[in-house]
Amino acid sequence: MADRLRPYRVLLGSRIRSQTAYRRSFAMDVLGSMSIGVLEFAEVYVIFANVDVLGELDFAAAALLFAVANIAFSLADLVIGHIDAIPTYLREGTLDAFLLRPLPVLAQLVTSDISLRRLGRTAIGGAVLAVALPLNEIAWSPAKVLLLVTAIVAGAAIFAALFVCAAAIQFWLVEGSEFANSFTYGGSYAAEYPASVFALPVRILFAFVVPAAFVAYLPTLALLDIPGPPGLPSWLGWCGPLMAVAIWAVALLGWRAGLRHYTGAGS
Amino acid sequence: MSIARLHRYRPTVRRSIRRGVMDPARLFAAHVAMGFRRWSTYRLAMVAGAFTNTVFGLIKAYITVGAIGAAGGTVAGYDAATGATYAWLAQALIGPVAVFGWRELALRIRTGDIAVDLARPVDPQLAFLAADIGRAAYTFIPRGFPPLLVGALVTGLALPTTPLPYVLGLVSAMLAVVLSFAGWWLLNLAAFWLLDLRGATTLYLVASNVLSGMIVPVHWFPGWLWTVASWTPFPSLIQTPIDVVMGHATGTEALGLIGTQAAWLAGLLIAGRLVFRAGARRLVVQGG
Repeated sequence: MADRLRPYRVLLGSRIRSQTAYRRSFAMDVLGSMSIGVLEFAEVYVIFANVDVLGELDFAAAALLFAVANIAFSLADLVIGHIDAIPTYLREGTLDAFLLRPLPVLAQLVTSDISLRRLGRTAIGGAVLAVALPLNEIAWSPAKVLLLVTAIVAGAAIFAALFVCAAAIQFWLVEGSEFANSFTYGGSYAAEYPASVFALPVRILFAFVVPAAFVAYLPTLALLDIPGPPGLPSWLGWCGPLMAVAIWAVALLGWRAGLRHYTGAGS
Repeated sequence: MSIARLHRYRPTVRRSIRRGVMDPARLFAAHVAMGFRRWSTYRLAMVAGAFTNTVFGLIKAYITVGAIGAAGGTVAGYDAATGATYAWLAQALIGPVAVFGWRELALRIRTGDIAVDLARPVDPQLAFLAADIGRAAYTFIPRGFPPLLVGALVTGLALPTTPLPYVLGLVSAMLAVVLSFAGWWLLNLAAFWLLDLRGATTLYLVASNVLSGMIVPVHWFPGWLWTVASWTPFPSLIQTPIDVVMGHATGTEALGLIGTQAAWLAGLLIAGRLVFRAGARRLVVQGG
């Protein structure tokens, strides 16, 4: 097993060394990434400067919701976000190089880069979480701790699968790559707010088609023992891992179909 | 753009140069036309952009309406209808105003292609500006209309019924297009001094997105953040055109806002010329 993972370890190590080689650039990148986290939190902050409660959540609960969604997304972005460069590989025909190596293409693409700068965004999410947790009244129990951890891990898995789905679509839509942003970045945006503010069709879209509501909103409701809107019972807060498995199945099938559709750039 | 298409515009430029008259208006118009044609080539990308702007508009409009409902019906003068309209108009402006910017000039500086721009008998800033106006003219309908159409169907739009706000709004939107260009031009010029622009670009994106009112209206900001925003040109990019077209600001107030836009624009364009000259002076391009 260790032998089989060695190529990936070497690949990742080389990427990490190359990113940290230019220290000032790297520092600027981390700062930039942190500022994206700040930007997103600014929206929550400005909204709650004007209202006390949004959906069923007050500012502390909304901050918790934001933190869970943001950490989950930034982890997925860190590990797999660079896969959204796939239209460039397809256009330039550089995907061919990956096809020639005796390793799965998806695994190679994932380990071809790891954007350490995105830890800046994780750090902002972590800071918000650290402040928000004590501000909320949570009846802590081992189950609640498990729920919080599962929510973040399953959320990261859900976003990672969305990135793979988005990359799979690119095999057909090279030039229309921005379509996919609606579901990856759009999903992340929708996940940061209580799904109850959306009208029913949009709520269904971001719960069951793009399972953004399962990342943070439903787990937060369960964590705080707040009854959700009708039609969304609180046990759904535990269903993040199920949704992650389901969407990963779709993502891998889509990826396989996309790779089979690929015919090279003729170079 | 295909070579054949490009050549259709080149004769105009070449003729003016051969005559030695360099009619600036025709040169500018030719560059605007080239920018328009260049962007009209990528139709699927345009549809994808409009689709994404619309999906984000959907999320944003509901969050805005939800917040206004939670606040008891109005927030800083916006009720549910005008709040949703604000969200949709902001989404419609993303494409034309190029909220997410461009990095072409920075790339040309890094690769040395900028030497070609400097060798042309055309002012680089004017040439880039003209091409950007062409881009904005092309994207105006295909990127602006779909979010507004979906907005009208889903939440309804609260827009004025008299023509004057639309006329002033168009003027304000055009100023916002050029102002956005002037800001990104300056940021791109940093490539003369910095090798890696990604960090600087991200910081600029974040500042402009928050302070322009792209994320939430500037009028919703708590006092301190509002003061910060009002000291920057950013509200002139999104908040001002929307205030004018929605009739939020009318009469002399609207003219004052447009005047502020024009003042920022003049300042940034002039700064852009000076910085470009300073950068070009220290530029060393390898090879030949």
